[in-house]
Amino acid sequence: MFKKVLPALIPFVAVTLVIETLVRFGLVKAYLLPPPSAVFLVIVHDWRELLSALGKTSAGALTGFILSTVFGISIAVFLSSSRAIQRAFFPYAVFFQTVPIVAIAPLLVIWFGYGLQTVIASAFIVSIFPVIANTLNGILSTDPALRDLFQLYGASTWVTLFKLRFPAALPQILTGLRVSAGLAVIGAIVGEFIGGQGLGSVVDIARTQQRTDKVFAAVLLASVLGLGLFGLINLISALTLRHWHSSERS
Amino acid sequence: MPPSPAAPVLGVALRLEKVRRAFEDRVVIDDLDLEVEAGEFLAILGPSGCGKSTLLRIIARLAPPDSGKVLLEPADIPYQTSYVFQDAHLLPWRNVLDNVVLPLELMGVPRDESCRDARRALAHAGLREVENLYPAQLSGGMSMRVSLARALVSEPRLLLLDEPFAALDEITRFRLDVQLRDLWLSRRMTVIFVTHSISEAAFLAGRAVVLTRRGGNIKLDHRLSLPESRTNELRTDPRLAAEMKVLLAAMEEEG
Repeated sequence: MFKKVLPALIPFVAVTLVIETLVRFGLVKAYLLPPPSAVFLVIVHDWRELLSALGKTSAGALTGFILSTVFGISIAVFLSSSRAIQRAFFPYAVFFQTVPIVAIAPLLVIWFGYGLQTVIASAFIVSIFPVIANTLNGILSTDPALRDLFQLYGASTWVTLFKLRFPAALPQILTGLRVSAGLAVIGAIVGEFIGGQGLGSVVDIARTQQRTDKVFAAVLLASVLGLGLFGLINLISALTLRHWHSSERS
Repeated sequence: MPPSPAAPVLGVALRLEKVRRAFEDRVVIDDLDLEVEAGEFLAILGPSGCGKSTLLRIIARLAPPDSGKVLLEPADIPYQTSYVFQDAHLLPWRNVLDNVVLPLELMGVPRDESCRDARRALAHAGLREVENLYPAQLSGGMSMRVSLARALVSEPRLLLLDEPFAALDEITRFRLDVQLRDLWLSRRMTVIFVTHSISEAAFLAGRAVVLTRRGGNIKLDHRLSLPESRTNELRTDPRLAAEMKVLLAAMEEEG
């Protein structure tokens, strides 16, 4: 475990030390780039407020991510049912990829009000497209010989979906989920800028008070949340693919 | 254990009438007529692109012909067709046992029964000790044997093989040729074996059909005069060489 984490910790510690040194020797102004020690002190001092904000952001990001997973996979299954359906509906799925979330976030407040619902909607909109695109690609890439095999033994469309197409698409679905997990956190933070809660709100208020140390503390916690979600998907990937997929076989 | 040449015939008879298949302007199979007896081992030979695999897919009912009929006799009893592809095409997320169970599972056979039959098929192929391994842990030859076991577990009356051993090394191929021939002798299912290897066709089949390069019609329909039970000693036998010469002449005429 330590061997796995160590390579990622080395650059983190190195960058932290460099920034601390630069600020301490006055080469960079502390109000532009706060020393990591100040960020650490903010986390220690304001831990109740930050922990509460992290909890709210986690709830919004996680719920948006789960909804993206469920709806994204369902939409991909629907789109995979025929070429005509793909041609008719896939352009609308692309909408989720291209929509500027910052521009429509105020609309979300009008539709859903201030609070968690807006945050969830924002996280959902930003994170659903990678799930749709990767799942669809995975389902459509199923080995034609295996599709023939299932047809030969009289498997129904649903049996073929659950016993062949879905497991075959799993590596690509998990790739989509990895991308989606990070985007869900971004979507939640953007939603919170407008929706008024969580780490997004902490960043927004600290910004107006010129508290860059607190902005960094909140950003750091948001990164930890993103990394946690990413790690969760990696764990699921390792558990489900370890016997058969080259990405997880040592 | 030597196979019994007197095993009852399990296979179905097959008749193709004026089967035609074209891909856009290119006619791959042109009004093909072919009869296959119940329990026969037929090899279909031909140059690359002559429509061998297309014909096999039509026989398997995986693709319909543009016109013509594929008739199986007896038509009034349920039968099972199995298909072996050029590569093993195992489900990588299932272990060996679950791969062999798959056809029975799809046919709705209860798990206990299907596992018992799958273990029997694996034992017959000498694969019992690898039943818990995953396909990524198997060699090419072993994967192909699992694929054969999967094809045979449902006791097919019609076994279709599309160049199944083409990607294997020669020693493994020789071993699998003998194993397949022994399996056929013990069960007498109807086997249609597509290949572009003249030596493999002559060694395995009781009858060989050479397709024309264009239009997928029959250039040569030849019954081989070789012993029923075939071992690797036959590979250096002059009788096999004589049969290969006949098939080679027809193939050479097709360029």
